[in-house]
Amino acid sequence: MAETETAEISTVNGGPALGGFSKKKLVELLSQMLLYRRFEEKAEEAYAIGKIGGFCHLHIGQEGAAAGCILPLRQDDYVISGYRSHTQALAKGLSPEAVMSELYGKASGVSGGAGGSMHMFGADVGFMGGNGIVGAQAPLALGMAWAIHYRGGDQVCVCFLGDAAVNQGAFHESMNMAAIWNLPVIYVVENNAYGMGTKFTRMSDTEMIKKASSHGVPATSIDGEDVVATYSHFEDLIETVRQGGGPRFVDVECYRFKGHSMSDPVSGTYRSKEEVDHQTENADPICILRDRMFAARLLTGEELEVIDGEVRSMVDAAVEFAEAAPEPEVDTLYRNVYSEINPHGRLFFDGRGK
Amino acid sequence: MAEITYRDALNQALAEEMERDDSVFLLGEEVAEYDGAYKVSKGLLDRFGDKRVKDTPISELGFAGLGVGSAMVGLRPIVEFMTFNFSFLALDQVINSASKMLSMSGGQIGIPIVFRGPSGAALQLGAQHSHACETWYLHAPGIKVVTPSTPADAKGLLKAAIRDNDPVAFMEGELLYNTKGEVPDDDDFVIPLGLADLKREGDDVSIITHGTMTHVALQAAGQLAKDGIEADVLDLRSLRPLDVDAILATVAKTNRAIYLEEGWPYLGVGAQIVSIIMEEAFDDLDAPVLRVTQADIPMPYNKKLEAWARPGVARAVEACKKVLYV
Repeated sequence: MAETETAEISTVNGGPALGGFSKKKLVELLSQMLLYRRFEEKAEEAYAIGKIGGFCHLHIGQEGAAAGCILPLRQDDYVISGYRSHTQALAKGLSPEAVMSELYGKASGVSGGAGGSMHMFGADVGFMGGNGIVGAQAPLALGMAWAIHYRGGDQVCVCFLGDAAVNQGAFHESMNMAAIWNLPVIYVVENNAYGMGTKFTRMSDTEMIKKASSHGVPATSIDGEDVVATYSHFEDLIETVRQGGGPRFVDVECYRFKGHSMSDPVSGTYRSKEEVDHQTENADPICILRDRMFAARLLTGEELEVIDGEVRSMVDAAVEFAEAAPEPEVDTLYRNVYSEINPHGRLFFDGRGK
Repeated sequence: MAEITYRDALNQALAEEMERDDSVFLLGEEVAEYDGAYKVSKGLLDRFGDKRVKDTPISELGFAGLGVGSAMVGLRPIVEFMTFNFSFLALDQVINSASKMLSMSGGQIGIPIVFRGPSGAALQLGAQHSHACETWYLHAPGIKVVTPSTPADAKGLLKAAIRDNDPVAFMEGELLYNTKGEVPDDDDFVIPLGLADLKREGDDVSIITHGTMTHVALQAAGQLAKDGIEADVLDLRSLRPLDVDAILATVAKTNRAIYLEEGWPYLGVGAQIVSIIMEEAFDDLDAPVLRVTQADIPMPYNKKLEAWARPGVARAVEACKKVLYV
């Protein structure tokens, strides 16, 4: 952005309910979001019976953000995210089999079983990782955007952050550099109002979009439960950034229907059951799109059943695949610590690695 | 061969590697218009332009992360820290991102990056600018650590670090920038990482060391020679990968060793070296291996106190005599 330009702050309204999208496009959005939902429901089941270990952060309720922000991208664009990223990995093009296998810790997982829930990677499709350190992906996204600029490419980099990440120094340092160098990066805050169990407003006196606009990065706020509006907004934004328009920041408002992680109850000390119930009934991005399509006679109950049946089969197949897949071999443990084994000198000091 | 300074040797390595590979770029505070806080990048902005020699805001965490992110998609960044003391602000990106990325991505995403700058004490810079930072980086698998002591090593090792496909912390000696030495002009003069260099030969005792302390070790060896004691001075040059064979060879020859380093003793480099010698060369030893380190305190400003806190020639000589029981 030119130094003289002033950052704009605007709120994008939902616009026409179905954005003038074709039925095909709407069905695609609906079936993708349903896939994410069914996938996470299966992950929840598998976690409950001990098939998935460690931390597991579900995206249920926030599917509109994954579909709306990622599906308008090209495959050679980059997406990087935090630790709530199973569905974003699916949206960027990783297969349900490979993502589920990663949750199972299997060799067929996207990261060969080394990453787990928080570290999904798919370099081939531009999914550059789940990151477990809040806000650490902001400078990494900046670096990828720098590389695009350095090479004169026309890709963009989308960086997903949780709302609590905007209080990290890494976020503000990145915003500043993205602005001064006009880099092709879109920072997306999936604003579900809570950083783990802490309400955003308890930890910030500043409204979300000012976090970015104060650095000179144009910022918008959008209703992430409205996938059509989100998709349309991102289609425009991505094109602007691709044409050299510089960095953008989008506050995508959404709500997490499940706990922070699998070890956290859905409601409890930090949010009431009434609040969660209200949101679940009124702010489900899948139900909102479904009902609008019903009302516009672009979807029948039978069609919906067919779509849901298809995605359930895909997810069942992913679970079967993950169940049957082999564990990683112990002798691969040292293989990916360094990219090559030095001809000289010792790299590992435990007496076991070579 | 030409006699040039350590600073110019580093500058040559940067220029040659940037010429050789256009994915190599330099970023950091004051590296471009100011020519570098220690003038290591002098002239590079004019030669390569402001995309490849990039001044950054004072945001160590942010620009280190920028480097790592650019390496994730194939660039080969050289991140200059004005001093490694400041890199503690960036350690999340160094440890959690750079060192772990290849592993946690299942081998998909390597990070060919160099973090470079001075480490260790200069003169009266106080506690926050005098820190020897090797162990912070050495502790994490996934990173390599290099500490050149001479102009030739500086050039050959920096070129190797830039060509390496893994993260390398390249720690320069702040007191060495003006030191001079013979350096080959050859564009392909590369010293592979993981090879120690025997900087002096002697049969009686081994002074094993790295970086700036190599010069203190050589002075100590000179002093010991006046008493008829001949010391091997082994400069490890690269601490990870580590030339264990060279360590075991010098211990097998002299049967007595000290480790001399700038850092603090607790879990210092010497602690690891002593552990290796004990585990792998116990039968070669005629005396316990001793360590000479900085005093176990933050570096004081006062000149006399600073000199006392540093691991100097006298302490190295004393430790050598102790392992020789003289």
